[in-house]
Order: sequence, then structure tokens, then C-alpha cells
Amino acid sequence: MSTATTPAPTSVSTAPGGDRNRLLRWWPAAVLVLLIVAPWSALPLPGLLDGPVGSPGSLQLLATCLLFGALATGYDLLLGRTGLLSFGHALYFAAGSYATNMFLLEAGLPFAAAAVLGVCSGAALALVLGSVSLRVTGIGFSMVTLAFAQAGSILVSRDPGGFTGGEEGRAAPAELLPSWLVGIDHTANLYWIALAYLVLTLAVVHRAVRSPTGRVWEGIKENERRVEVLGLKPYGFKLTAFVLAGALAAAGGLVHLLLTGGSTPRTTTSDFTLSLLVMVVLGGTGTRWGPMVGGILYTWADHRLGDLAGSGAVAGLPAVLRVPLSQPLFLLGVLFVAVVHLLPGGLARLPSRLRRTREENR
Amino acid sequence: MSTIVLLTMTGLGLGALYFLVASGLSLIFGLMDVLNFAHGALLSIGAYGTWWAASGRLPGAGPGGWGFALAVLFGTAVGTLAAVVLELAVVRPLYTRPREQVLATVGVGLAVPALLSGIWGPDARTFPGPEALSGTFALLGADVPVDRLVLVAAAVAVLVALRLFLGRTRHGLVVRAGVEDRAMVTALGIDVRKAFTLVFAIGGCAAALGGALGGLYFGSVDPHQGTSLLIFAFVVVVTGGMGSVTGAAVAAVVIGLVQQFANYYTAAGLGDLAVVVLLAALLLVRPRGLTGRLA
Repeated sequence: MSTATTPAPTSVSTAPGGDRNRLLRWWPAAVLVLLIVAPWSALPLPGLLDGPVGSPGSLQLLATCLLFGALATGYDLLLGRTGLLSFGHALYFAAGSYATNMFLLEAGLPFAAAAVLGVCSGAALALVLGSVSLRVTGIGFSMVTLAFAQAGSILVSRDPGGFTGGEEGRAAPAELLPSWLVGIDHTANLYWIALAYLVLTLAVVHRAVRSPTGRVWEGIKENERRVEVLGLKPYGFKLTAFVLAGALAAAGGLVHLLLTGGSTPRTTTSDFTLSLLVMVVLGGTGTRWGPMVGGILYTWADHRLGDLAGSGAVAGLPAVLRVPLSQPLFLLGVLFVAVVHLLPGGLARLPSRLRRTREENR
Repeated sequence: MSTIVLLTMTGLGLGALYFLVASGLSLIFGLMDVLNFAHGALLSIGAYGTWWAASGRLPGAGPGGWGFALAVLFGTAVGTLAAVVLELAVVRPLYTRPREQVLATVGVGLAVPALLSGIWGPDARTFPGPEALSGTFALLGADVPVDRLVLVAAAVAVLVALRLFLGRTRHGLVVRAGVEDRAMVTALGIDVRKAFTLVFAIGGCAAALGGALGGLYFGSVDPHQGTSLLIFAFVVVVTGGMGSVTGAAVAAVVIGLVQQFANYYTAAGLGDLAVVVLLAALLLVRPRGLTGRLA
């Protein structure tokens, strides 16, 4: 992963055909407009979605996809931009969700205040734990972040003091939330919130990696020793990336709380962080759109594979095929190994790889 | 007094289990820079292999006497084989890309427990063990379960065997040298890749043995046992200093004891937290772990 980064496939060259390319440059805006108007659409997408795009069920799934696309983008700030392989990212996501929920339930704060405090708690936790775990480098850092996340997971599931609801999780109080965020009739609002979170995350990550700090992150990823030789202390820069990613994850936890109507201990498990990792690597680390695409695809695949597992077509298969097909995690795990082996750079590098192969064959 | 003896023995048993997982993890990491996320899966494979054989599905194996020994042998062999396959099929093709080797093992670590739970169900299965090992013996006034002793004995045997192998054999010399400086060993014309497969086999063997005996210790097997033990094994590896087998042994004992005592004298579950706090404290004082070794 320390190989030089080739330009993202979306970057437009100034080669001939400039007019077409100038138009192509606006595709993200076009996609965004499409996504904004999606809730009013009654277009059926058979195979992709169960109902028409604008139905609450489809919107819920789409919102979850967008949420995880954003979450993977934020996580890539560590993995793809700074070269930090954190296995504890779920902790900050869960912290955002649980802290907001607790400020609502226990302190009785209004929603806006609880949300702000919840995200700040997640960032503060990232600051404290990041400052400890960044004392070790390389894979040691990965293991320490994992250990902290595990501690968080244990704390949530053992539930001392009765704040987290243990294995059951804790439902968000519908009566304390603004009415336009509650109920199946308002799924579109939640969808727009998820979309706004995605746009925010993309903007923050995009801005951050192009800032002077972002250049240092890139340097740390390529060669940390060299950054030190230049007289910069990597620790502070790494901590900045860690806290920023933690804050983004905590905001994602807040969106998840609204979307699912509660906090669930599943979001604290190491499997959850590993699935984030799968999303980022699937899409392509260190690219602008890759992690987002990976997150969206993974979430959609996870959901559809779950449906597939329960479907009659799978139940009729012989055991050799039925057993693996009924386990979405098995399929995703195998898919992940395949992507790592066969598709270095993930989906985002696929177009440029194909182009290169075509040119070589010419 | 009897409580302290019992807690100590239980802590040592748990520590022995951690060591069985962590020793292979530590060697693989030291030699290849690969944090093997599939190591917990190897443990689960060993545990399920033993459970499968001991439940009477393998001729000659069974829940008692030599039949159980054969079951453990079978489970360990299956785990070792799985480790070799893992190295050859998944890890070796990514030889020059350590980061992606780690990622590939993550995929295996997700897939194997899912497959196990697909085949034998997501719930825990009762683990059959010999009568002789389910009893207790008196030690300083405490009734200590025999399985603790079996675990400690197995861990000591593995530690001694590993030290003899690493210190007295030519292959061990290559592995040790590879842990210290992989580039230099390669430059001397020695194929480190053979050492990789060997270390994976050894690590898988220890982990699978840990799985087989862990089934005895917990009384059951479930698909996610390996993953949860793996996380504590990571803590042991970091605490002990990465790549050091002796460091892993010391750290495993310390962490097993701390966890048991804290779980008993405070609330259950706080012991697991205490271990992580211990790790954080150690890193603040000595970022390189107990033995001062760093990746």
C-alpha cells in the first residue's frame, strides 16, 4: 500500500475531447441532484430494491448505504490517507450513538444539545484513546486500538449502571426527538440527513487531505521516518487525523441512532470495524470516491445477501452450497480475500487497470 | 486462602490458553510482520475438530481416555493443516505486501467463524471431555479443577518445545534470524518462505491445541470463541514485546492472573477492562512492551 498513488480515476485529463470531459467533471453534482430527488421517485428497481425508490423500506436501505459510504470515507482518513490501520473505529461510532442517546434519556437534554454533546464525547474519547494508542506504531497501534474497542464493547454489553441496555441495546426516546425525525412517514427526512452526512464527510475529508496537514499525513503514510527528518513530529499529525476521523464516526453514530431508532451493541463489536475495513479496501483505499462506493456496495450486498440466505432458492440447494450461501459474512469474507488478491487498489482503481490492460493488448 | 489458590490456578489456566494462541501469533508477527487475524479461526478449527472427533464421529476417538487424546491429536492436526493451507493459499501470494497479508487474514477471520456457524449452528456446543479431567484435586485446601493443570502443562510443554526448537535446531536458527532481520537472512541465500510456512504450521498447531483444550476449560465450543480469545492474545503479544516467545509467556501469565482476580474481587467483566487498562498503562511507561522489543 506504500506504492505511489496513481491519480484517482475520476480526475479529468486535459487530453483531447476536453468538452466532453468538462461536462463529465460535473457528474458528482448530477448524482447528488439525483440522490436529493430520489424520495419523490416511484421508480421501481427490481433486483436492486424491494419496492419503488421512494417507498420507506427502500429509503431506509438507501439511507443506510449512504451512512456507511460516509463512515467508510471517514475511516479511510486513517487507513488510506495517514496509513494508520485502526481496528477500533467502531468505538467512536458507537460512542456517538450511545452518548447522544444517554444525554437524551438520562440528562433529558433537548435533541440538538444532546447531539452536539454526543459528537463531542466521541471526539473526546478519540483524543484520549488516540493519544495512548499512537504511542505504538505499526501493527502494535492496530492491536491497541482493537483492545480499547474491545473494552468498550465489554463495557456496553455488561452495562454497569444501566446506561447502555446491555445486549438489548437502548431505544431512542421517540417523544424527546423532533417529530419530523420519527415514524415511517418521515423516512425521507432521515434519508436526507444521511445524505447530508455523506456530503459533509466527503467535503471534510476532501478539504483535510488537501490542507497542509493533509500533505503531512500523506508523508507519514509513505515514510514516517522521512517526516521526522524534516523536523515535523508525526505524533501530533496522526492524533489530528485520529480525532477528526473519530469525530466524523461519532456524527455517523448519531445518524445511525436516528435511522435505526436506537443504539445497538452490535455497533461496538470488532466485526463492525472489520466490516468498515472491508468496505474501504473493497472500494479502494486513499481514493476520493472508493471508500464511499465500497461502503454503499458492501451495505447493499450485506442486506441483499441476507435476503438471499433466507430465500427459497437457497433453501433448495444441496448442503455443500446451501451452508456457505446462507452465511453473508462468509461470502463477504471470501469476497474480501478475493479483492485483496485480485484487485489491488479496490474498485476505484479498476477503470484505470482495465484501460491499461486494453492498451497493453492493443 | 483456598479462594486465592483457586483464582491463581484459574488465572494460570487462562494464561496458558492465551500463551498457546499468542506464541504462534508472536512468531508469525516477528518473522513476517503479519498480524494473523485468522489465528482465532485456527483455534476455532482446532476446537471444532476435537469436538467433532470426541463426539464419536471419528473411529477410535471418543470422550474418554485414549479416545480423547486421539480427538485432541486430530483437532490439532486439522488446525495445523488449516494453517499451512492458509499460508500457502492466502498469505504467500501477497509475499511482498505485508499490509495486504494482514487484510487477507481479516477476510479469512470473518469467513471461517461464519462457515462454522453455518455448519454447526451459531450456538455453543457442549464439549465432551474425559471423566478424569472433569474432576478436581486438592491443593492447599482448594478444590482445583484438573483441566487447569492440563492447560498449564500443555502450555509449559509448548514453551519448552518452542525454546528447544528455536534454540537448538537449524530451522529454529533460521526462524530466529528471520525474526531479527529478514533481509539479512534472505541475503544469505536462505529461503525464508519455507520458514514462513513452518512458523505458520507451528503457530496453527499451538492455536489448535489451545482450541482443543479451551473447549475443556470452557466446557463448550462456539464459532466466536476464537475471535474473542484472539483479542486478548493480541494484548498479550503487545504487552510481551512483539516477536518474543518468552515475553508472550510472561505477559500471558500476568494477564490471565489480573483478569481472574479483577473479575472475582470487582464486578464480573471488569477484569477484561482491567487488562486493557493495564495495557494502556504499560504503553505509557514502556511503549515497547515488557521485553522492550518493537516491531
